[in-house]
Amino acid sequence: MLPGGVDPHAHPAFLRHHFESVAQQREAASFGMWVFLLTEIMFFGGMFAAYLIFRNWYHPAFVAGSNTLDITLGTTNTAVLIFSSFTMAMAVYSAEMRRKGQLILFLLCTIVLGLVFLGIKGVEWHEKYVEHHVPGMGFSIQDFVHPTNPKAIPLAPDMAEKTQIYFSLYFAMTGMHALHMVIGVSLLFFLVALASRGAYTEGHIMPIENFGLYWHFVDIIWIFLFPLLYLISRYR
Amino acid sequence: MSEKIDPEHQEQHIVGPPVYLTILLCLLVLTAITTGVAFIDLGVFNAVIALAIACLKASLVVLFFMHIKYSSRLLKMTVLAGLFTFMLLLTLTMTDYISRAWGMW
Amino acid sequence: MSTIVSLPDQATAKLPRKSYLNEEYGIKSWLLTGDHKRIAMLYLMSITFFFVIGGMLAGLIRLELLTPPSDLMATDTYNKVFSMHGIIMIFLFLVPSVPATIGNFLIPLMVGAKDLAFPKINLLSWYLYVIGGIIILAAMVLGGVDTGWTFTTPLSTHYLNTHVVTAAMGIFFAGFSSIFTGLNFIVTVHRMRCPGMTWFRLPLFVWGHYATSIIMILGTPVLAITLVLVALERTINIGVFDPTKGGDPLLFQHLFWFYSHPAVYIMILPGMAVISEVISTFSRKRVFGYTAVAFSSVAIAVFGFLVWEHHMFIMGVSQYSALVFSLLTMLVAVPSAIKIFNWSMTLYKGSITFETPMLYAFGFIGLFTIGGLTGIFLATLGMDIHLTETYFIVAHFHFVMVGGMLMAYLAGIHFWWPKMTGRMYPEGISKVSAIVTFIGFIVTFFPQFLLGYLGMPRRYAAYPPDFQVLNVFSTAGASILGIGYLLPMLYLPWSLIYGKIAGNNPWQATGLEWQIQSPPLTENFTEIPVMDHEAYDYEWLANKTQHEVQTVG
Repeated sequence: MLPGGVDPHAHPAFLRHHFESVAQQREAASFGMWVFLLTEIMFFGGMFAAYLIFRNWYHPAFVAGSNTLDITLGTTNTAVLIFSSFTMAMAVYSAEMRRKGQLILFLLCTIVLGLVFLGIKGVEWHEKYVEHHVPGMGFSIQDFVHPTNPKAIPLAPDMAEKTQIYFSLYFAMTGMHALHMVIGVSLLFFLVALASRGAYTEGHIMPIENFGLYWHFVDIIWIFLFPLLYLISRYR
Repeated sequence: MSEKIDPEHQEQHIVGPPVYLTILLCLLVLTAITTGVAFIDLGVFNAVIALAIACLKASLVVLFFMHIKYSSRLLKMTVLAGLFTFMLLLTLTMTDYISRAWGMW
Repeated sequence: MSTIVSLPDQATAKLPRKSYLNEEYGIKSWLLTGDHKRIAMLYLMSITFFFVIGGMLAGLIRLELLTPPSDLMATDTYNKVFSMHGIIMIFLFLVPSVPATIGNFLIPLMVGAKDLAFPKINLLSWYLYVIGGIIILAAMVLGGVDTGWTFTTPLSTHYLNTHVVTAAMGIFFAGFSSIFTGLNFIVTVHRMRCPGMTWFRLPLFVWGHYATSIIMILGTPVLAITLVLVALERTINIGVFDPTKGGDPLLFQHLFWFYSHPAVYIMILPGMAVISEVISTFSRKRVFGYTAVAFSSVAIAVFGFLVWEHHMFIMGVSQYSALVFSLLTMLVAVPSAIKIFNWSMTLYKGSITFETPMLYAFGFIGLFTIGGLTGIFLATLGMDIHLTETYFIVAHFHFVMVGGMLMAYLAGIHFWWPKMTGRMYPEGISKVSAIVTFIGFIVTFFPQFLLGYLGMPRRYAAYPPDFQVLNVFSTAGASILGIGYLLPMLYLPWSLIYGKIAGNNPWQATGLEWQIQSPPLTENFTEIPVMDHEAYDYEWLANKTQHEVQTVG
């Protein structure tokens, strides 16, 4: 017997015609999702490679740029995302246990936490926009050459120019991450709608499981983005 | 009858709330540690520790939230293949960036 | 050594009453199909369409180069023409050519499955391909791109005012189409094999496509993010690739070639996969060193990721790093040579027959060997400085891509045409076209080796008059080559109606796909097959045929 109480030799309605058994369909779907996540690793990998190179080249600019980010908001967001991963994991567990109400509850929690994350991210981006730290939108190096914070070390103008590279990467990486979050939250609304019709509590839990994998993957990307972008030499 | 282990298949394993809760707590504690350590001057070790903690957190998510600990060898290999290719991209690109200026000063 | 089986009498063969082609009718049944065989046919048609466009652009390039001055078109038009030729041929023809058509059709049949693991994603990948193709065509019609297919920064980001972002978007879509194809293949090979189909009983065609799929899923996303960064650089000047802002144009090259070098193996590995099948069938022998050939495919896929910097030797990368990459590049020659030697050993003492696919396969082996060996010249640091960015490079990759992959593609199309359509192509004229293609190819591209060695740079509309003789040869060869490609486009559709009926197994080949009716049923197999013999086991086939003759006949 498979979890969710499915007989491996049964032919339930959700078994597609070209699969021999539920087990085969399930393993194919989960392997397919993992292969897709491989492509996602390499997709973000290009930006991480760029980050590594420029951080080594322009370390002072990266320190200065990183220190302008709001660490409270960043840490809060990390915690929010970790919580949402937990609620997603619990949603998968509820689907496995065939508890419909619990499944919907945890999916809704995940939506709320995802939206909170995006909201906080939006506040942070807006702050950068007000400070003229968005590349391509009136970017100014004023804050790095003549910092208002007395503890910050002023940068020479040519190094201060390089903070633009830091912020380009910051916006590219968090932006691409946020795009994945937006896609994830939109998919969650569909999953909630289908779950409330009982689609995933009759043994067919593959969509929930695969979405869980996606959501955790997005969480992992943030787990790396947080120290790389927010925590460069904070002791200054 | 001897049970033959097929590396491509694995019975589904249900992970329960106690495990998830433990992992959640670990992740939150590690986040607190990594943020705290960032405010102490440790030289190059700041970056090393930050990355080490990030890797540890990511491993916890992959192993338990994403069930890789209970999955077939095929899926474990898939995850490693992704990491391997990513490391190839980084290391082989760095061979150029590290040595580009050698002998030029 | 080899087992000779008499070919079945085609006079008595009949088209099956029911097949995937007549299961359903109407345009909707094709556009919304989940059947891998119908999707393969959709791909075949769309790929042929883009091949014709890319081919016409190639014709324009050769016409312009007939005379030394740039007289047929303005120099910037010429830039747009060769850029579009490259973009269309690489992203819309070579990358999906064999995998998306022949591979899509055959992989489920060869592993004994009813369909690919994710039929809807397979259909989605075709739609993404078409969308990508339309966007690229739109970029061409709206005014073109003149960066070359490589989108070199900062040329593409700062100095050209053409439709770079549009073309990049088209490639982004086409890239995701190939990611989904690769994903489908990998999952199918791992999860959908029929009982008894162990890894080492898989046809080498499947091994080749498995290796290709690995590159598709691991390489293509890097190209996607690189193109996104180029688009951002162009639109809002983020500066990552812009040296005036502290960015590094070489980083673009690293990321771009991290995909685009392995992509070369996306283009050639499926061709090698086809050749293994064809050589074995027409010499009636098991492929010599099956395991070595299988692993050499995977080795090419892995080594392919270790060598990309050889495209950048003269761009100002570190000399030390260049040395490492030069050595690593030589490594790729080893698995490629394993394949060539093993195919030659398969031919040794085989009962060779010279059907059209075999002629194309011979063409492949010869031309790919030349193309591969000149690759070693280019991998050598000292030689590369002299030869890079000349016509030597152009000749080198056309020998591999056109002489290798296109020959293999045509070999595969002819070899499996009876299976796909149930009818034979006309053997006489197709042999002529195989030979015409080969001669046309040699005349077109061999002079380019000489031109490159003499120092004629690529990507220029004009050249000194000293080079004209060889260029006239090349253009003349291109017209012969054009005829060679035109012929199959005429007689293959003709054979759909007038071709002889093929029967189930016209080549007496051993693959699972040949043991079922042609064209196959929508569900492929009436009952799930059980693989009880090794791949390329001609003894097994002979016994089976004899058994059938005794019981049925």
